[in-house]
Amino acid sequence: MKPHENLDPLVIAGKPYRSRLLIGTGKYKDFAETRAAVEASGAEIVTVAIRRTNIGQDPKQPSLLEFLPPSKYTLLPNTAGCYTADDAVRTLRLARELLDGHDLVKLEVLGDPKSLYPNVVDTLGAAKTLVAEGFKVMVYTSDDPIVARQLEEIGCVAVMPLASLIGSGMGILNPWNLGIIIEQAKIPVLVDAGVGTASDAAIAMELGCDGVLMNTAVAAAKNPVLMASAMKMAVEAGRAAFLAGRMPKKLYSGAPSSPTSGMISPAGSK
Amino acid sequence: MISVTINGERRQLDQPLNCAELLARLELSGKRVALERNGEIVPRSRFAAERLAEGDRLEIVVAVGGG
Repeated sequence: MKPHENLDPLVIAGKPYRSRLLIGTGKYKDFAETRAAVEASGAEIVTVAIRRTNIGQDPKQPSLLEFLPPSKYTLLPNTAGCYTADDAVRTLRLARELLDGHDLVKLEVLGDPKSLYPNVVDTLGAAKTLVAEGFKVMVYTSDDPIVARQLEEIGCVAVMPLASLIGSGMGILNPWNLGIIIEQAKIPVLVDAGVGTASDAAIAMELGCDGVLMNTAVAAAKNPVLMASAMKMAVEAGRAAFLAGRMPKKLYSGAPSSPTSGMISPAGSK
Repeated sequence: MISVTINGERRQLDQPLNCAELLARLELSGKRVALERNGEIVPRSRFAAERLAEGDRLEIVVAVGGG
């Protein structure tokens, strides 16, 4: 398998992507750093937020989309910061208009400003409305396998359970739940939230996730561009390891890697 | 004179502008923005046709960095 030949694309809503790493664009020092990190990550899909324009600000101030043009990247508008289904739906309608009819979106409805844990009830409600309106919904959710299944049944194009809380960098706290979600899902499963460092991303991919979405792990690294490149390699390595199929774990094997025959004779013997 | 709310701020307009005229006045002409009026999307193609009315609630949004 040679991933660079794209024999193993990530397919979302029928469209193939070479990269299995999706990157958020928040919390960077400036747009130049955002772009440098996105380029180093190899990501093709980048999330953006939709916010009120700052009326009265210098109209010549650069905009994010000048640094990440929609012609080059698949922009994934996301509803982070929304606490109700209604706000999330309105935000994505605005996003679709803003991005000229682009209908691939990330739905995220939060339930609590401290933990940023998702409100799955409102997430399910918003997903129903958005799917009915023709949106292709990639949905952030908890790692509850039943909710994940219901989101798939509603018609979401990808289900994105948390590995741990948003921005926590705690890594993958419940690989067993993720495993159940991956096993049952017929749509792509992407870990979204909780990745802290490269090994977390690799573990997610080794579990069989189809991709990983992250923001803080890159943006809050001391060197975000270097971390973006580390994440690219981790996702590729984890994917390759998953496809290769790891050896089973054993407490001990009694089977060394070198031949047991043909040893030189022990000192003192003939 | 009409009064409208734009992004949560109350503003007085000396005449009932249409959406395109409002965006021009806010120096947002030609910028990539989306507009919601009283909870409903106003498509770009209708900016010139939709005239604001007393009490309108408008949301004008852009894409910004986010996860």
